[in-house]
Amino acid sequence: MNDPAVSDPAVQDPAVKDRETRAGWAEEAVRSARPHGHGVTEEQVLERIARARARAPRIRDERITLAHGAGGKATHTLIEAVFLEAFRNPLLEPLDDGAALSTPAGRLAFTTDSFVVSPLFFPGGDIGDLAVNGTVNDLAMCGARPMHLSAGFILEEGFPVADLRRITASMSAAAEAAGVTIVTGDTKVVQRGKADGCYVTTAGVGLLERDVALSAANARPGDVVLVSGPVGDHGITVMLARGELDISADLVSDTAPLHGIAAALLDVAGDGVRLLRDATRGGVATICNEVATSSSVAVVLEERAIPVRPVVTGAAELLGIDPLYVACEGRFVAVVAPDRADAALAALRSHPLGEGAARIGTVGDDPPGLVLLRTGFGGTRIVDLLVGDPLPRIC
Amino acid sequence: MKYVDEYRDADTARALSTAIAALCEPGRRYSFMEICGGHTHTIYKHGLEDHLPEAISLVHGPGCPVCVIPMGRVDDAIALAEHEDVILTSFGDMLRVPGGRGSFLDAKAAGADIRMVYSPLDSLKIARQNPDKRVVFFAIGFETTTPSTAMTILRAEAEGLGNFSVFCNHVRVCPAITAILESPDLNLDGFIGPGHVSTVIGCAPYEYVPRDYGKPLVTSGFEPLDILDSIHRLLRQFAEGRCEVENEYGRVVPWAGNPRALAVIDKVMEVRETFEWRGLGWIPESAMRLREEYAAFDAERIFAVPGVRVADPSACQCGEVLRGLIKPWECKVFGTACTPETPIGTCMVSSEGACAAYYNFGRFSRARVKEATLR
Repeated sequence: MNDPAVSDPAVQDPAVKDRETRAGWAEEAVRSARPHGHGVTEEQVLERIARARARAPRIRDERITLAHGAGGKATHTLIEAVFLEAFRNPLLEPLDDGAALSTPAGRLAFTTDSFVVSPLFFPGGDIGDLAVNGTVNDLAMCGARPMHLSAGFILEEGFPVADLRRITASMSAAAEAAGVTIVTGDTKVVQRGKADGCYVTTAGVGLLERDVALSAANARPGDVVLVSGPVGDHGITVMLARGELDISADLVSDTAPLHGIAAALLDVAGDGVRLLRDATRGGVATICNEVATSSSVAVVLEERAIPVRPVVTGAAELLGIDPLYVACEGRFVAVVAPDRADAALAALRSHPLGEGAARIGTVGDDPPGLVLLRTGFGGTRIVDLLVGDPLPRIC
Repeated sequence: MKYVDEYRDADTARALSTAIAALCEPGRRYSFMEICGGHTHTIYKHGLEDHLPEAISLVHGPGCPVCVIPMGRVDDAIALAEHEDVILTSFGDMLRVPGGRGSFLDAKAAGADIRMVYSPLDSLKIARQNPDKRVVFFAIGFETTTPSTAMTILRAEAEGLGNFSVFCNHVRVCPAITAILESPDLNLDGFIGPGHVSTVIGCAPYEYVPRDYGKPLVTSGFEPLDILDSIHRLLRQFAEGRCEVENEYGRVVPWAGNPRALAVIDKVMEVRETFEWRGLGWIPESAMRLREEYAAFDAERIFAVPGVRVADPSACQCGEVLRGLIKPWECKVFGTACTPETPIGTCMVSSEGACAAYYNFGRFSRARVKEATLR
């Protein structure tokens, strides 16, 4: 074995010593843990170790590694330091295999949704609030009061922990805004290249407190079709945020929890509401097609009545797509009985998320199964289901 | 939206509609072909036929770039994409066009690296980012897009990009119009002429249509009022005993075209002796290929392209639709075997294809709808 005094280059050449750098993370770790002083006993050191283990773990890694998904110490640290930290609530805190929910006897609504949006962060939101609002909205569209959510994460090796924190922070904020708690979850890590950063799956349960039966099969001739605000903001925002098109626009995603505005509508229009459906993938056009098919009715839309922001119209025009098919994450379509239409529209418009609400069409009896559009030009055409996906991965 | 809404105004449309009806000779029927798929799309998307009297029928022509690509060329491109080191780039509307053994999307799912681009220049970006790959751009389109392909080749040459090439399928509109005019069962009174193509080639190349074939042609813009205006102009020519080329799209189309764009095409490309069109067969001098000087960027010279020939499916009547002999719904397989989800013929693939436009936008009984909405 070499003599360390001789093999150490810093000793051989003092200039090398000056160039030496230090492992910042290690120095920081030592500083923050406060090194043992002189003259401590083994007993005292063991006590300090026990205290350190009892403290909430802190995640020191800057990037997700496969170890974070291995189920061991690193997974535990990630869960405690990132997820529990962001979502903390009494149901989640025990970190048991599942959350025990107490609910009043009655009906529950249960739904799930996965989110693979690219990019993860876009003007007006990110995959986090999208994942919470998406599931909250699916529950709200059932007429339910959203209660609890689960959150599953598929993370790609190398994903920045800071980004994950940003995502969980906005999930936490969205959950609070929607009055729901995230009570259980799961994390998996896949090798680099096997996923695109971060995918999120949420599921949710909500209480069906109202005696309503909402279904795309309930529409009847004479019913009125309402939309809760301008359509297409989210889809166009995400498309432009990808930067592939070199177009910029003053536009933000419409992602928002819809349980409040949906409740406001149900309060005034009650059993006159046939259907609520949030206009996500496929947009307003797809919902109207579902109504026409399921209820065997014709849906007749007035192009001029459909609220679309000029910037969305412009971008859609450039991309050659129809705003009627572009996804929203904070708008919904309601089909209501004719005698409740005015009250329903007024209720929508008096809610902060429904200022731009509009009456966009009516339900007819012929031709059944078709959605017709009276164009702004004064003609008539079909609005069919879309074939293919003009805007992939927008949610 | 400014500069768009003005061309979609319903009141102006109704006024033009009245003027059009007044110009129709009683008892006479008129059949006009809009050559461009873009016009077909506009007609259906805005429900333009509701503004036309019954005496006028519109025939949807062959001017949809993806619709006229023969299946063999799709197979050839897939064969290129199957090279380990090749990235094939293509416009999005080409991805679903079926070849003899599937579409680009099918080949992509099977492992070929095929990427959608919005502009040929995006292909150059991909070539720069992947120096160890060979990037082949599947170039399609009429004279509208030919200059941008030619410009891209010049840019690649200037940058010394050795891993970029073009599989050239650029076609020319005039030989296609001639092929239709030469069709023995021709039943057309006039043409709504190409808009975007004419921004490049101008209006002069169409002068042989009225001169040699006695059919008027009005180059038209793509907004619905443009098309109504063009129909009005065609009828006025009949009423005034004229037969000529007229330019309705003067706000964009110069009579002499765009000499710089034409020069760029001429520098990089030359006319092929003949080229196969889906549904129309082989048409002489109807397409472009790269000049010998640009062989280094010509995928057909760099690779051993198989040169696949696939006969159109026997049930497919795309050719008759493209020649205006039948309406889309008159095809034997329209809407049953051939739908936008499972297109047999190319007219069903692109949103500019006559069959897809009719299926997506016009598939309803006008009489029934009128009755239903009057109620």
